[in-house]
Amino acid sequence: MEQSSLTFRYKELERAWDGEKVYEVFIGPQHPASGHMRFIVRLDGDIIVNVEPDIGYVHRTMEKLAETKEYIKSIPLFERATIIDSNNITLGYVRALEKLLGIEVPPRARYLRTLLSEINRIASHLYGLGLAGIFINHSTMFMWGFGDREIWLQLAEELTGARLTHTYSIPGGVRSDLPQDFKDRALKAIRYMERRLKDYMKIFFNNPVTVARYKDIGILKKEDAKRLGIVGPNLRASGVRYDARLVEDYGAYREIDFEVPVREEGDALSRLLLRIDEIKISMDIIRQVLEKIPDGPILAEKYLRLIPPKLRKTMEETGRVKFPGLFASLRPPPGEATARVEMGHGEVFYHIISDGSPKPYRVRIVTPSFRNLLLLRYLPVGHRFMDFPAIYGSVDYFPPEADR
Amino acid sequence: MVCPLMGIVLVGNLEESARKASRWFLEKPPIRNLRDWAISFSLWPVHFTTSCCGAEFAAASCPRFDAERFGFLPFLSPRQTNLLLIEGTLTRKMAEAAKIVYQQMPEPKFVILMGVCALDGGIFHNSYNIVRPHELFPVDVFIPGCPPRPEAVARSIIMLQRKVRNSKYIWGDGHEPKGED
Amino acid sequence: MNLREKIEEKLKDIATSIEYPRPDLIVIAVNRDRIMEAAQRIVELGFDHLASVEGVDLPKENAIEVIYHAESYEEELRNTIVELKTRVARDDPKLQSLINVWPNALYLERETWDMLGVVFEGHPELKRLLLPPWWDDIPPLRKDYKVKVEGIIVGTK
Repeated sequence: MEQSSLTFRYKELERAWDGEKVYEVFIGPQHPASGHMRFIVRLDGDIIVNVEPDIGYVHRTMEKLAETKEYIKSIPLFERATIIDSNNITLGYVRALEKLLGIEVPPRARYLRTLLSEINRIASHLYGLGLAGIFINHSTMFMWGFGDREIWLQLAEELTGARLTHTYSIPGGVRSDLPQDFKDRALKAIRYMERRLKDYMKIFFNNPVTVARYKDIGILKKEDAKRLGIVGPNLRASGVRYDARLVEDYGAYREIDFEVPVREEGDALSRLLLRIDEIKISMDIIRQVLEKIPDGPILAEKYLRLIPPKLRKTMEETGRVKFPGLFASLRPPPGEATARVEMGHGEVFYHIISDGSPKPYRVRIVTPSFRNLLLLRYLPVGHRFMDFPAIYGSVDYFPPEADR
Repeated sequence: MVCPLMGIVLVGNLEESARKASRWFLEKPPIRNLRDWAISFSLWPVHFTTSCCGAEFAAASCPRFDAERFGFLPFLSPRQTNLLLIEGTLTRKMAEAAKIVYQQMPEPKFVILMGVCALDGGIFHNSYNIVRPHELFPVDVFIPGCPPRPEAVARSIIMLQRKVRNSKYIWGDGHEPKGED
Repeated sequence: MNLREKIEEKLKDIATSIEYPRPDLIVIAVNRDRIMEAAQRIVELGFDHLASVEGVDLPKENAIEVIYHAESYEEELRNTIVELKTRVARDDPKLQSLINVWPNALYLERETWDMLGVVFEGHPELKRLLLPPWWDDIPPLRKDYKVKVEGIIVGTK
């Protein structure tokens, strides 16, 4: 088989920075961007020849720690990988675990999971857009993005009780039911956000400064995106219609009518605009979920039966699940399961190997930022140094997620 | 050189004496109070995000919680800042960077540990790649929580301000906090 | 011809086993020296990038299992994950690098080397990725690297 063009390009680069006129710029790990990673940028004059991302500054050894904990305890552990998108990242783990255990999730729980996933996705995109603003020193976008994110965090807090670390999805269902008046407040938030998105377009996306900094910068071709296994909005901005929500049967996405936004340009501006499109789609999904949500239990029948009757009664009244004691030592049968879930940043992949004991034998998690790390290496080459923050901002890279 | 008006005798190198005189001057009560008041409202943390608590730290300095009303403005270069916030887990690789950042900051400097991971490991307490930041830096305020809410960050700033205004810190090479909040 | 038949036809002469543990998962086990060939044939089927490279330490069998998960963005293939696995000896874990077959193995293989000490021959940059550069202990994801274990197990039947 012939060598792929991407590998070839890599070799070419190596030759290029052998020369004497190349000099190195070390960026980070303390730098004005979102921190916790380092770049070694090699420059020829003002042109970037090679970028070497140096990660591992936030490596908290989650895969090893998951082997020392019971299955259920790893949910709060993995949540800390992407704290801004915590339901989506744990949902993958919970899905893989459910496949191993062979549990069906009741419909109401599936809808509630979808609801929180989409709230998380919007918050995560606003975080990314805010950072993309501050990367080119556009403080207004940063402040607006982070300020409007609080609305979605508030909604998530009402639903789950925590701003960021929800630990909402558990094997077999979710932890608490919809609070009263949630629908009204969610719809109000959607109306507010729709108005704000128009403001965003006015002040940021149609701003000539932004367009000059982001347009036609860091173009990712469709073929390259496929071969490099790029995920999430970065992939869809290059014209590939792929989304783990279409692939994996999780949440209520099979029953909800939604479209995956795709853009063809593949440059930094389209990656940002795609996030705006996704926010719109997510708000539409939330609307549908709130309309369609069926009544019923929020935990699988298999586990509901294990809860003592008295506790079950209070559970029905308050709408909150008290963990049955069994959860502390779930014993899935030996085997393996994989799950893919679409996070705000892209697709997260889980692979669990069970040997029948209450602790997993091996948990493999590949996060979207880790897969998108290749972009930070391939995209800036050939651009001016000035464009480097713009490319970094448009990729929406989240270091704790990549390092785990 | 003799400086009778100030009440102290300064002898020897001119530069050294001038530094001593200014130090003495700054430590005198009315000036010192003014100085502490000014420092307490210009606590500028260095933009050094160590882990996931950074998301809540960012929320604290953004519109809803607006820590800037306490004179708390995240700044980019360690040379112009006086507050180091360790946001969450400090890994072994990051600890090396944190030490350099701390050494680069001018006096007086303060350290706030944010999140239970920074306190004593938290959920990652048995991880092989983390350090306990209180073994590296003299710490002024600890914020518990995983992650602490932005209100907690705001409260820690107020606590640190109170500490500074009560002159519970020493300006100099041996920066050691007196007591703990 | 459905996907399973295609895979069986293409890989039956080099695979030691082909299993279907779940509807969305195809597990192909090959010998260590045929891994490159198997990977190329999987790419020809359309699974053109990797979702993950992982290593599983099996001290009892004195082996490390290296697992590649390949996926595709094409509409007809995207529901399936192809798992390609092989075993290398635990005391001399060497494997051919698949970086020329799947370009995004660059960081995934490097991480596997970092975490389990599997040496990928032909990989251009096997150096520390997540661990600190001065790390000199045994690779942490091996089972004999012990960390303190906490935990209360609630007894159930």
